[in-house]
Amino acid sequence: MNFIRILFNYFIFPGFLFTAIVGMFLTWIDRKVTARVQMRVGPPWYQPYADFMKLLLKETIIPEGASKTLFFMGPIFGLISMSILAVMLFTMNFSPENSFAGDLIVMIYLLALPPIGVIIGGSASKNPLASVGASREMTQYFAYELPFLITIAGIVLKSGGTIKFGEIVYLQRVNGPFLYSISGIIFAIVFLLVIQAKLGFVPFDIPEAEQEIMAGPYIEYSGVALAIYKITKAMMLLLLPVFMISILWGGVGDWWAILKLLLIIVLIILIKNTNPRLRIDQALKFFWIFLGIFAIIGLVLAMKGL
Amino acid sequence: MGDFKLWGLKKSPWVFHVAAASCNNCDIEILDVLTPKWDVERFGIVLVGSPRHADALLITGVLNRKSLPRVLRVYEQTPKPCLVIGVGTCTCHCHMFEKSYNVVGPYDRHIPVDVFIPGCPPKPEAIIMGVVKALKRLG
Repeated sequence: MNFIRILFNYFIFPGFLFTAIVGMFLTWIDRKVTARVQMRVGPPWYQPYADFMKLLLKETIIPEGASKTLFFMGPIFGLISMSILAVMLFTMNFSPENSFAGDLIVMIYLLALPPIGVIIGGSASKNPLASVGASREMTQYFAYELPFLITIAGIVLKSGGTIKFGEIVYLQRVNGPFLYSISGIIFAIVFLLVIQAKLGFVPFDIPEAEQEIMAGPYIEYSGVALAIYKITKAMMLLLLPVFMISILWGGVGDWWAILKLLLIIVLIILIKNTNPRLRIDQALKFFWIFLGIFAIIGLVLAMKGL
Repeated sequence: MGDFKLWGLKKSPWVFHVAAASCNNCDIEILDVLTPKWDVERFGIVLVGSPRHADALLITGVLNRKSLPRVLRVYEQTPKPCLVIGVGTCTCHCHMFEKSYNVVGPYDRHIPVDVFIPGCPPKPEAIIMGVVKALKRLG
């Protein structure tokens, strides 16, 4: 019985199916808001689902000379890790007592797996543009991971040194969200820009620059493998804001969480639509020097209890 | 199930833009179609950077000895099923380059083309209508 419940959790309710459907709906919101910003009409609501159905129908081409196993391991890595992350995030938000010691660390690992999958898949596809994209993805991953980890350290500091995710959510329910303090606001700004980079949205879409290196690591992917990449991106668009709400803004237990989620997503989309793409060295400088120092200021303020 | 997949293909044709020759009148008109004024994203049409992601190839320009192997290679790299849409009079027949020494003839002698859109260059409205007719051919 317990085994069936675990399978249900993983494949259907908070796991794969639910996250994929809601995430694809959020990608529609992304495209619609982008269209309205550019004074266009924008696609209808079923557009992401139609794209997904079409990609399942198409033939999947494996490039000549590419390693077949590694080529398909790339997309599957991201999908599996995002499904596990969805189960952990939602179950621990609704019942914080299920949390085990160190699950925040597990979540950081799971969030690191999709870029690693992209790097593996891009390097395995034997295309020079894909290799350039994979190397840029790697550099960008190292860039945004520093402020991200400083933010996590600050949140652990604010919650009294616990690395239990459920306990962080529970503390915020009792004492009020961490966001309502100076260091909380600093962490939220840093986190928002890190989400932007993790999703690969425009100021930081350096690895998959459509206009210069075609699609970067995704260039050789077609059919089902490309559909899995798209669906992983859609799931990340749901899970990263949910992660931010859980550790900074009081958890997703009530109906207000939907409004918070939409607010964060619309902010990300507006940043995406009002900025040009950076170069990779500019992105590295931005994350390490500017945002890193900003996050450390937040950390010092959190130590003082502000 | 088959109908559902066909619906997906008809609702989201991603296009890849192949310019086979140096006259770029038709290219400019295609870029016009993709701008906010005509807004083809309403119909799910997106310009993609790689032929592996494409469902429809928009081919422009007269086919010559140098560009024939490249065009054939792009066609082979596109995952099937894919549409081929020839934009401009140069794709229907050879237009004013007909007697030229390096022209190897109209497109349908070499690859299967679904729709020809005549005009030098065709209007954006005509291009949209041609794509709609190509999608109707799918059934």
